[in-house]
Amino acid sequence: MGRKIHVSTTINGEDSEFLCEARQSLLEVLRTSLSLTGTKEGCNNGNCGACTVLMNGVPVDSCLVLAVETEGAEIETVESIAKEGHLHPLQECFLEGAALQCGICTPGFLVSAKALLDDNPDPGEKEIRFELSGNLCRCTGYDKIVRAVQAASERMKEAN
Amino acid sequence: MRDFEYQAPSSIDEAVALLAEHGDRAKMLAGGTDIIVQLREGLRDAGLVVDVKKIPELMQIAWRDDGGLEFGASVPCHVIYKDEKIIDSYPALTDSAKIIGGWQIQGRASIGGNLCNSSPAADSIPSLIVEGAACRIAGPTGERTVPVHDFCTGPGTNCLTEGELLISLVLPPPAKSAGSRYMRFIPRNEMDIAVVGAGAWLRLDESGESVEEARLGLAAVAPTPLSADEAAAWLQGKPATEESFSEAGDMARKAASPISDMRGPADYRVHLVGVLVKRALTGAVGRARGGDRNPVIPVGINRC
Repeated sequence: MGRKIHVSTTINGEDSEFLCEARQSLLEVLRTSLSLTGTKEGCNNGNCGACTVLMNGVPVDSCLVLAVETEGAEIETVESIAKEGHLHPLQECFLEGAALQCGICTPGFLVSAKALLDDNPDPGEKEIRFELSGNLCRCTGYDKIVRAVQAASERMKEAN
Repeated sequence: MRDFEYQAPSSIDEAVALLAEHGDRAKMLAGGTDIIVQLREGLRDAGLVVDVKKIPELMQIAWRDDGGLEFGASVPCHVIYKDEKIIDSYPALTDSAKIIGGWQIQGRASIGGNLCNSSPAADSIPSLIVEGAACRIAGPTGERTVPVHDFCTGPGTNCLTEGELLISLVLPPPAKSAGSRYMRFIPRNEMDIAVVGAGAWLRLDESGESVEEARLGLAAVAPTPLSADEAAAWLQGKPATEESFSEAGDMARKAASPISDMRGPADYRVHLVGVLVKRALTGAVGRARGGDRNPVIPVGINRC
């Protein structure tokens, strides 16, 4: 067992402290030390995006971030997307549009898609497919996911 | 993976001292998108991981008095391709930064890390070559500078000696009437490793009709990224037309010595070199003449 390092960080808006080994990824610490199991492990090597979280507002694969690197950073996971029990329009549209089957890729897609729409409220289909290309799905064939993101962007524009 | 120690030095001197103390037990950590995978898969070994992201020189973007740019080796791709001035000045580089991995990779991966990983297929290196980049390196005997086309020495190897680390990339001031473009051929639309990558930079003469100077860079067709010097030199003084670019593409083919592997047979890669060099030159001249410099989303008809 390696030496434990103390890390202070902010997760979903709350101060968080934990002990970890240098080799542990943020993904591992989120799921096993902090019981934030919304973020999923798919490939563990930066290809599938199931582990996507925001680090200082930027989408990253948490399997490729060492937990010690989050010292002083702000982490947002899928658990922060719904606010006070209200689903985000993306979550509503994913459900209404059946944009998931097994659901393992869904948290990663939600984090990436939310970051996309926050950055660009009116993406075209080409932009949606390209910017979400770091998230892989084995079940749906992507079509319903893309339509759900489009529907959510419409819903968010109407709300504003 | 096996456990290792972690240190995050806050200065170049501190980093050099750590590397001197730990020798080849120490591995640099910038974005981590290559090294963490390699450590996890046992391809590389580390007793100490040296996180270089707290060293200011490795994370900054500094425009020089001569109009050129020095950016830190660990600046992530997403910072590079969102920077309007970098897009305008070195569009081939931002083309590359936008297509390395995917969005999540670009949130962490750095141009310097891409260079130091030294894959022959690295997407940033042909762009660094054509933009005329130099590598600022620090080590136990002080600092030195290496032109980027001399940096890689073989698949996965480079000129950094023990105890050295890459500090920054230095780019010359952007020239008037110049444009650049990087593109690659991959089987999908994204998230792939280049089967062939081609970068082109050219500067037009006063009339805007002829090539005053050109540079060409190639990925994935040799043990290292290549500078296609003969083809680039031939372009000097030639009209900036489709015919010239086709001819340059044919000449660039002779510089390539690819292998056949799961991504494609060698003869197909040689063929692609000619096609992509012609298209990259076409893209570069378009930008030299005022065309859009924003990174191209390579999907569908714009794939390459």
